[in-house]
Amino acid sequence: MREVAIIGVGMTKFGELWDQGIRDIYAEAALKAMENAGVEKIDSMYVGAMSGGLYAYQEHLSSVMADYIGQKGVPSARVESACASGGTAIRAAFMEVASGMSDIVLAGGVEKMWDVEDGTFVLATASDQEYEAYNGVTFPGLYAMMARAYMDKYNLTREELAAIPIKNHKHAVNNPNAQYPFELDLKGVLGSSMVADPLTLMDCSPITDGAAAVILCPLDLAHKFTKHPVKIKGIGAATGPIALHNHVDMTKLDAVRIAGERAYKMAKLKPLDISFVEVHDCFSIAEIIVLEELGFFKYGKAGKAIANGEATYGGKIVVNPSGGLKAKGHPVGATGVAQVIECYEQLTGKAGKRQVKNANYGMAQNMGGSGGSCVVHILEAV
Amino acid sequence: MAISPRYTREIPHRYRLEAQKFECGAVSLATRYVCPDSDCKKSKKITLKGTGKILTYTIIHIAADAFAKETPYAVAVIETDEGARLTAQVVDCNFDDLKIGARVELVFRKITEEGASGIINYGYKAVLV
Repeated sequence: MREVAIIGVGMTKFGELWDQGIRDIYAEAALKAMENAGVEKIDSMYVGAMSGGLYAYQEHLSSVMADYIGQKGVPSARVESACASGGTAIRAAFMEVASGMSDIVLAGGVEKMWDVEDGTFVLATASDQEYEAYNGVTFPGLYAMMARAYMDKYNLTREELAAIPIKNHKHAVNNPNAQYPFELDLKGVLGSSMVADPLTLMDCSPITDGAAAVILCPLDLAHKFTKHPVKIKGIGAATGPIALHNHVDMTKLDAVRIAGERAYKMAKLKPLDISFVEVHDCFSIAEIIVLEELGFFKYGKAGKAIANGEATYGGKIVVNPSGGLKAKGHPVGATGVAQVIECYEQLTGKAGKRQVKNANYGMAQNMGGSGGSCVVHILEAV
Repeated sequence: MAISPRYTREIPHRYRLEAQKFECGAVSLATRYVCPDSDCKKSKKITLKGTGKILTYTIIHIAADAFAKETPYAVAVIETDEGARLTAQVVDCNFDDLKIGARVELVFRKITEEGASGIINYGYKAVLV
């Protein structure tokens, strides 16, 4: 297997992009990534998207996007793993480069979420349609049930849970691509409208339009394109039960633990080696459980640790320097790619005011559904 | 919206609580060829008694359009006495009476209807006992 590096990145601003359609935002991100890498032709490409069909009434994104980035003729595939579609696209591109099948491969993720009326329904299609969504449970509802189980088991308070969005909003202030780059306080979290008890609107990641793209090539060729390639040192992917009710313990996310273990093993690294991590904080409780499953905190401890400042600059590990899904925005299919771009920028020293000092190894954790799938990347500047 | 056969084939578990008991002992309300927790493929049909307890719950305030008129409503993860896990609304209750570990019974109820001329979808909901 060949070693693989990222040689260029590009993304749109995250937010309400009323003037652009799904193809426009994918093309903007992809063309920026190609320009950043200095490549005009690619050998192959992937499109990570959860639901072009339900959000934009457009399937066959493989063809649309190849056409609209001026790459007709290249093989292209859309990959889908709900909110982990972006990470899954990078993993597919990685395998294609590592195998020797292609040299220059584009992995992009996209979601155009503001053009649809019943977004709650669309997101719920990533849950178990016959046994969960049919009975009226929403995505915030599933994570709310995890939050209640966790708060009951570990005595986490509602105020401690609010520390996650407050921290992530603070980080987003320094991210020019973030959807909501403003600070949030406790009153703002607890006083926002109830979505699914105990989660309020400010516990939930937003509806976002956005796209993000990276260019991969063999590590041996990477320095021909850039002085600052970032090596993909480890990848782990795993699946878990599609329905929350089939998780043996609803305060755990087995797919995250397994994907993390695989990524650490491939990278020959441990949690203590990781300098910062971008995690899938689709809901406040998710960040807590994920950090425990990835080995950064013991079970039952992450919530209180975040509330005590252990997951920000000056703490044990910086978690979501980009602002995370909550404040940077969560265009579902783009999120996994955008997390890897944050790692790229941190590892190449281009993160500006949100730069993590002495960043050697970065991790990106991207998750689908209520833990039905997970992809973890470990990256290193070379 | 989905067409009727999608609902028709789900009738055995939704209307009659027909479940599968695998030889390994696991019970699944969802129809499966393979046990989710072992490699066991042999199962027999059982009918759940419909009694169980709440493992966790939430009150939904923002719902998909099909359920928007019913908000706020409670949803819970329930473990039946046979060991099957399911997600269902908890109805006819004061939200303050909901708690982890509370005993419930599944009842036959209307779930949604597909617009003005579509079919009515039925299934199970839970009540506190």
